[in-house]
Amino acid sequence: MLLALVLLLFTACTESAPQSTLEPEGPVARQQDDLFRPVFWIATAVFVFVEGLILLIVVKFRHREGRDAIPTQVHGNKRLELLWTIIPTVILAGIAVPTIGAIFNLSREPDPATRLDVTIIAHQWWWEVEYPEERVITANEIHIPTGRPVYFRLESRNQGAEIPVIHSFWVPKLGGKQDVVPGRIVHLTYEAEQPGTYLGQCAEFCGISHAYMRLRMIAHTPEDFEAWLENEGSRAATPDSGLAQRGFELFQSFPGGSCMACHAINGLDGAAARIGPDLTHFGSRETFAGAIADLTPEELRRWLDDPASVKPGAKMPDYGLSDEEIEALVAYLLSLE
Amino acid sequence: MATEVLPQRRGWTLHRPTATTGVWSWITTVDHKRIGILYGVTAFVMFLAGGVEALLLRVQLATPENNFISAETYNQLFTMHGTTMIFLVIMPLSAAFFNYFLPLQIGARDVAFPRLNAFSYWVFLAGGIFMYTSFFLGGAPNGGWFGYAPLNTEGGVLDVVRTHNMDFWVLGLIILGIASTVSAVNLLVTIINMRAPGMTFMRMPVFTWMTFVVQFLLVFALPIITVALFELLFDRLFGTNFFNVLNGGDPVLWQHLFWLFGHPEVYILILPAMGIVSEILPVFSRKPLFGYAVVVFSGIAIGFMGWGVWAHHMFAVGLGPVANSAFALSTMFIAVPTGVKIFNWLATMWGGDLRFKTPMLFAIGFVAMFTIGGLSGVTHAIVPHDTQQTDTYYIVAHFHYVLFGGAIFGLFGGAYFWWPKITGKLLNERIGKANFWLMFLGFNLTFAPFHILGLEGMARRTHTYPEGMGWDFWNMVSTVGAFLIAVSVAVFMWNVMRTRTKGEVAGDDPWDGRSLEWSISSPPPAHNFDEIPEVHEVDDFWHKKYAEDEHGRLAPAVAGGAGYGPSEAHAGGHGDGEHGGHEAIHMPSPSYYPAFTAIGFPLLAWGLIFSPALIVIGAAILLGGLYGWALEPSAE
Amino acid sequence: MSVQAAAHAEHPATNTGMSNVKVGMWGFLASECLLFGALISTYLLYRGRVGQAGGPIPHDVYDIPFTSVSSFVLLMSSLTMVLALAAIQRGDERRLRVWLVATALLGMVFISGQVYEFSTFVEEGLTLKTNVASTAFFVLTGFHGAHVSIGILMLLSLWGISHQGKLPPSRSEAVELVGLYWHFVDIVWIVIFTLVYLVPAPAGAGGG
Ligand code: HEA
Ligand code: HEA
Ligand code: HEC
Ligand code: CUA
Ligand SMILES: [Cu+2]
Repeated sequence: MLLALVLLLFTACTESAPQSTLEPEGPVARQQDDLFRPVFWIATAVFVFVEGLILLIVVKFRHREGRDAIPTQVHGNKRLELLWTIIPTVILAGIAVPTIGAIFNLSREPDPATRLDVTIIAHQWWWEVEYPEERVITANEIHIPTGRPVYFRLESRNQGAEIPVIHSFWVPKLGGKQDVVPGRIVHLTYEAEQPGTYLGQCAEFCGISHAYMRLRMIAHTPEDFEAWLENEGSRAATPDSGLAQRGFELFQSFPGGSCMACHAINGLDGAAARIGPDLTHFGSRETFAGAIADLTPEELRRWLDDPASVKPGAKMPDYGLSDEEIEALVAYLLSLE
Repeated sequence: MATEVLPQRRGWTLHRPTATTGVWSWITTVDHKRIGILYGVTAFVMFLAGGVEALLLRVQLATPENNFISAETYNQLFTMHGTTMIFLVIMPLSAAFFNYFLPLQIGARDVAFPRLNAFSYWVFLAGGIFMYTSFFLGGAPNGGWFGYAPLNTEGGVLDVVRTHNMDFWVLGLIILGIASTVSAVNLLVTIINMRAPGMTFMRMPVFTWMTFVVQFLLVFALPIITVALFELLFDRLFGTNFFNVLNGGDPVLWQHLFWLFGHPEVYILILPAMGIVSEILPVFSRKPLFGYAVVVFSGIAIGFMGWGVWAHHMFAVGLGPVANSAFALSTMFIAVPTGVKIFNWLATMWGGDLRFKTPMLFAIGFVAMFTIGGLSGVTHAIVPHDTQQTDTYYIVAHFHYVLFGGAIFGLFGGAYFWWPKITGKLLNERIGKANFWLMFLGFNLTFAPFHILGLEGMARRTHTYPEGMGWDFWNMVSTVGAFLIAVSVAVFMWNVMRTRTKGEVAGDDPWDGRSLEWSISSPPPAHNFDEIPEVHEVDDFWHKKYAEDEHGRLAPAVAGGAGYGPSEAHAGGHGDGEHGGHEAIHMPSPSYYPAFTAIGFPLLAWGLIFSPALIVIGAAILLGGLYGWALEPSAE
Repeated sequence: MSVQAAAHAEHPATNTGMSNVKVGMWGFLASECLLFGALISTYLLYRGRVGQAGGPIPHDVYDIPFTSVSSFVLLMSSLTMVLALAAIQRGDERRLRVWLVATALLGMVFISGQVYEFSTFVEEGLTLKTNVASTAFFVLTGFHGAHVSIGILMLLSLWGISHQGKLPPSRSEAVELVGLYWHFVDIVWIVIFTLVYLVPAPAGAGGG
């Protein structure tokens, strides 16, 4: 029965599994997968051997009616015991060699000349994404070019009153995870072969909304990526009429506060805080709030109305905005393409 | 106190409890068998609690984006589930068997320090109750069973309000650690010092051996987590900086300390079950354990090697390729001694005359299921791919296979095996078989899908998951399986209830056993052995019953038959009270102090959270109890 | 706990020939080794680290001559402990009490020294919360101080019991056990004094 499950595991790959570790889409993930598969089959072989032996013994040596003779009393056999000490040792040594090779191989830093550097800052419960050379800041949706190693610099640091905690950065189809421990700066390399959207999420328990700390890696062809960067690097448009204009004003100051206390918008004077996500090109995102909500007017309304109802514990307060105010803010935010 | 008859000094001690039945007799008992039963019952109740928590988790996860319980409740439940199962179920359930059977297997009348033994139990109970009161005092612990800093230092979880959830966890574990350390020292001394004449180390039953190894692990591992817990506690209560990054602290220290305890801990959880299985398989195969010495030494080897693998829980932290390689190697090679055990067990059965009584089914189930968990463990050692596996349900699958398929199966096997010895009545075989098969099926339905879910990218400790990830089906299967397990546990309870009234009387030696506990009556008399047996070889009792020629053929022993010493003539009877001779055996008297003193701990702990007044009361009880105890003679 | 355990030592034939309480004490002390091992490791990891908090590290404020003297005092208390045990084994209960009190007094001198040391450190700006190096220092030495204090309590308890005439030479093992504990705590201090006070903090310490 378990064997059937094991086989099912591999056939199950055909089903849509956007976060599967079994379908690598980049060289890092592939190298990890290539290491896992043979070990998996070796383990399966040991499994079949041991369980087969159990079944054999259970059938062959079961008590039979009428046989009351007491079996021969065997106390041990040094040769056999040596044998089943040595064989597993040899098998494991065989596994160990490529494992250690791969550990060192994967720990190498990609060539600074060709790689793209991206800085990720993990927050409770969202990811801040920074392209240091291009001076672009965004959140949760990480755009990368295909065919080029991306070298992530990961940290979890305090911003505002927040106490940083451990998170773990992970996009299964591109590679394994890297814990982001406060007080340490760590690095991770991913590379995507094909354009597409790869799902990921925070993998280290980081508090109440850990499940809602998701992310997306969006790989473009190098040309598309340049275009995206270009747009992202530009200043945000300032609406000059209508509802969006009203939202623009509210964003700067609404009764009881200002969104600028936490959110930056490149092109809006005074909006430089980095407590919440940078919203310069918010309107061009697919999702928001830790990539858990689709960027639609309804979802955005829900968010502005009461962030904690969308994401428990959300660090953005509920300002008791009126429907009219929310409507205006939504219009403004969506205009930030 | 072994064979010595203590002088009777009645009359001048004032407060020695006298109840021999009823609640007070249990509260004041110092009899290792009764304490064993207390441990067992308590741990089983906790198993139900941890199981109900698990069922709630499973209901929540049955369907995507489910709202059955909130994120906060979910976090509390999985933390309490993990903490309960490890610290309040498997450890005390193992302790139940240690307490009951260790003295019997080595031919002792009690453990080295009977009152200290009672104290360990009461402190354990106090710690468990303390932790569970959190549900009513502001919320249960919610930071995961390994309580990573800095999430769990002050402010981490919800930095707006200071919550007490994890205070309960930290303080509770410190209390439980005290209980386990005291008990470990006690049992170590018992094994080192109180073996019957002729019971050399290499004649001890394997269960006793594994108990011995586990006590060493406990003695050395618990102080490490105690230090870690104090550091966390001080950070939380007094604003120290151990894990405060701003002031130079390093959260990775917590991980090193926790796992330096944590990995030996997992062998603390499995070795007792391995010992039990090593007792059951020979009995129901009617063959001696294959390679006794090798099984013992591989147990010791596991105990040693278990100290050198802890960082395999930290492969994603980024410790560097050298450290990762070293820990990958040590982790892989720990599979070797474990494999030796597995093959020795198989060789024990090979050529045997297998009788599939319920204990045997659980023991074989253990071998089969533990192997699966062990093999997935080896795949975790492939560091580059472990970064894919870690913190997914693939890991959750691994540890439920070793913890449930391993430890719980082994312990259930032990319960069926030794039930007749403890109660004098056999658990029903047919219900027992139903129990096993339901549990076996439910277990695999619940946890096998976790392998798939994990590899398909489902992260653990997430209170919900989106649709369209390919996880829906297997989550539902797992939830169904979990309820099947619940049914099997209910079947077990039914079996127990039924046996109380309708159970078949067991006799002293229902399974044709091999070790000393089967040589005495069921249930054993308070003083265990009328005459301390003299031991001549491994499986001494078996060899009293059967002689073996040089070709390994057996025949019933010519003369004497089963039994030791003068009680021989009575073997088979229920030896309470009728025998001459044992009247003079003076057992340690019951005492109020262990239970009384233990109350001090939770009071201190509540005090640290809520009110200094309680600290004073708790400390007074603790000190007063200890002094009263010190001045109380150990036997009156 | 050892006191009352010791107080009721029975002497049945044990497998090792050593009494249960004594084997138990060794087991307990083995466990304690790991306790201090973990605390000392924590300190060694943190001794030069102050993070953004800055502030002095323990090495900046040590008064080595002073601590050397108090270490010497503690060392001497091991000697008096040995004498106490020798006294009861000779059957000299009066001397036993003298040496017990002497040991306890030396222990108290050590503890007073520690209290004094802590208070000067606090004056110089090194508190429990200053930075992680100070936290690790105070918690390690504080745990040790607590152990010494418990030892003093046990010594005084023995003295009290002996005073009531309930500590005859036949129960000299109680003194032996407390002695074991006391020597252990003493040795731990030698290790702490060497590793924590004498070995210099890593280069760059103090600044951050
Ligand atoms: C009973 C408890 C128990 C036991 C016995 C084990 C046994 C093992 N464990 Fe497990 N482990 C846990 C309980 C246990 N574990 C828990 C609770 C966690 C998770 C903690 C958490 O994160 O919450 C965990 C996590 C865990 C991890 C961390 C994973 C991660 O978080 O990324 C790793 C990594 O290497 C690991 C490895 C192993 C190995 C190699 C063994 C080995 O000892 C297994 C050896 C056995 C066999 C291999 C099978 C029999 C052998 C043969 C038949 C011989 C032939 C075999 C070969 C040639 C391969 N375990
Ligand atoms: C011995 C250890 C042990 C055992 C036996 C179990 C048993 C079970 N566990 Fe276990 N589990 C852990 C140890 C264990 N677990 C640990 C250490 C963790 C990690 C925690 C963490 O991440 O911090 C974990 C985490 C964990 C998770 C992951 C949570 C997450 O990461 O989000 C899940 C999810 O399904 C789960 C499910 C189950 C189930 C369904 C059972 C079932 O097998 C339970 C079966 C038992 C019962 C069903 C009880 C029977 C009840 C009745 C019969 C009802 C009768 C009631 C009354 C009379 C009152 N467990
Ligand atoms: C106290 C700080 C704070 C204030 C003030 C604040 N926010 Fe936020 N905001 C946050 C944080 C933190 C997040 C990230 C929450 C998460 O995803 O967990 C966020 C997220 C958002 C997002 C989603 C961004 C994304 O890409 O995920 C939008 C849109 C947003 N805020 C709009 C606003 C608006 C409009 C206002 C003013 C009415 C406002 N915020 C005021 C802190 C703040
Ligand atoms: Cu961030 Cu989990
Ligand atoms: Cu481990």
